[in-house]
Amino acid sequence: MSLRITCPTCGPRSAEEWIHGEMFDVPDSITDTDEWDVDRGFFHNNPEGLVQEAWFHLYGCRRWVVITRDTRTDEILS
Amino acid sequence: MNEFWEAKVALQWGTLKPSYDVVIIGGGGHGLATAYNLALRHGITNVAVLERSYIGGGNSGRNTTVIRSNYGKPEPVRFYQRSLELYRDLEAETERWMMHDERGLWWITHTEAGRRTEIARAEINRAFGADTRFAEPEEIEREIPGINMNPAGEFPVLGGSFHAGGATARHDRVVWALAEGAMRAGVDIIQGVEVTGLKVENNQIVGVETTQGSIATETVVSAVGGHATSVADMAGVRLPIRTHPLQAFVTNHYEGTFDAIVASIDLGFYVSQTARGEMLGGAHIDPQPSYSRRSDHHFISSIAKRITALFPFMGDLRVLRQWTGSCDMSPDYSPVMGRTPVDGFLITTGWGTWGFKAIPAGGEAMAELVATGTTPELIAPFSLDRFAKDRALADRGSSGTH
Repeated sequence: MSLRITCPTCGPRSAEEWIHGEMFDVPDSITDTDEWDVDRGFFHNNPEGLVQEAWFHLYGCRRWVVITRDTRTDEILS
Repeated sequence: MNEFWEAKVALQWGTLKPSYDVVIIGGGGHGLATAYNLALRHGITNVAVLERSYIGGGNSGRNTTVIRSNYGKPEPVRFYQRSLELYRDLEAETERWMMHDERGLWWITHTEAGRRTEIARAEINRAFGADTRFAEPEEIEREIPGINMNPAGEFPVLGGSFHAGGATARHDRVVWALAEGAMRAGVDIIQGVEVTGLKVENNQIVGVETTQGSIATETVVSAVGGHATSVADMAGVRLPIRTHPLQAFVTNHYEGTFDAIVASIDLGFYVSQTARGEMLGGAHIDPQPSYSRRSDHHFISSIAKRITALFPFMGDLRVLRQWTGSCDMSPDYSPVMGRTPVDGFLITTGWGTWGFKAIPAGGEAMAELVATGTTPELIAPFSLDRFAKDRALADRGSSGTH
């Protein structure tokens, strides 16, 4: 893993201090409410490439940070 | 695979034809076992197995080769027990030695709650055909060599379950034996060909686009590991899968004998000794979804701390190799097998951290589904539509590494 996430208050901190947050991604094409619930609960986009996600700085300042990460290389872009 | 092994195992690589009855995407254990069973049990040999890299080079070559059936729910116990029994006969059937070694698996626990879980596990295992019993701390101390019964002063060993059927086998020999058997029967196994698209007309699979041209077929089995969602996307099928990295390591040669497979649920790791004498260990998946296969220092330092607490002798060993695989994690920690909303597009995925042990039974069941058109009872509970039907098979506690 070896991720280092930059926290606005604490600076660059290793991923062990953070909790990975879910970013739910139900596609707009799903309009049926039951289907929406199933997708929201179980299904994922799982993209190979850029993904936006939230991390919670649990063992630090306890704030949420949203980052853009490349899932092919684990490089953090912003 | 090098020339030495190509000569030892009679591999006849196929060349791509313009059409097939069945196209299997992914030349790992599950894809090859499906082809093997299609050819040998059902006589369907007009089959292609497409592998992007080399056979057994994905997760079939990156796992820790444990075979067990000590799950926590009836459906998985039945399924993995079938697989465990098929593994017993696989060497005789393929006439290839796979270093299959049934030596028993210990799941030890350090909490009162874990003790209750293991008592329940032993009961449910016995009820559905798996050979598991509860073991008291005295027996664990006697049977597991070099164990520290009170690691770090905080995690006293309070008991565990002993799964007599627990075994290991050599991963690449399993893959090659299945490939060889399928090739002999006439299946085309092609390496270095990547699937770039799936053609769907009127909700029916009609063809596969590859880097070596297009193939016409009405049945596609996706046995892809790691990139299962990307391949399913090509057919417009959305999967409940996320890809997470999982790391493992081996140490240098340990001179003693460690004739057991041990997992500590509360300390979160498992360890066994390979045929070469190396100590092999693994732990939990990385928290973030990722396709990166980079290994890191944090994993090795954290697992070393926990392993040496339970097995102080491992403190004298050195880490020799470390590697990472891509795990397809389903939300309920059970595999996803069978039909999809697109006709002719079948999947066997969600193999997360439990794929190697399921190779023979997974291949047998998928082949039966392709040949007969009906989903075998053994894998019916693992269907893709179980999530919408509120029939999820939550069994995270049995993945061994969480």
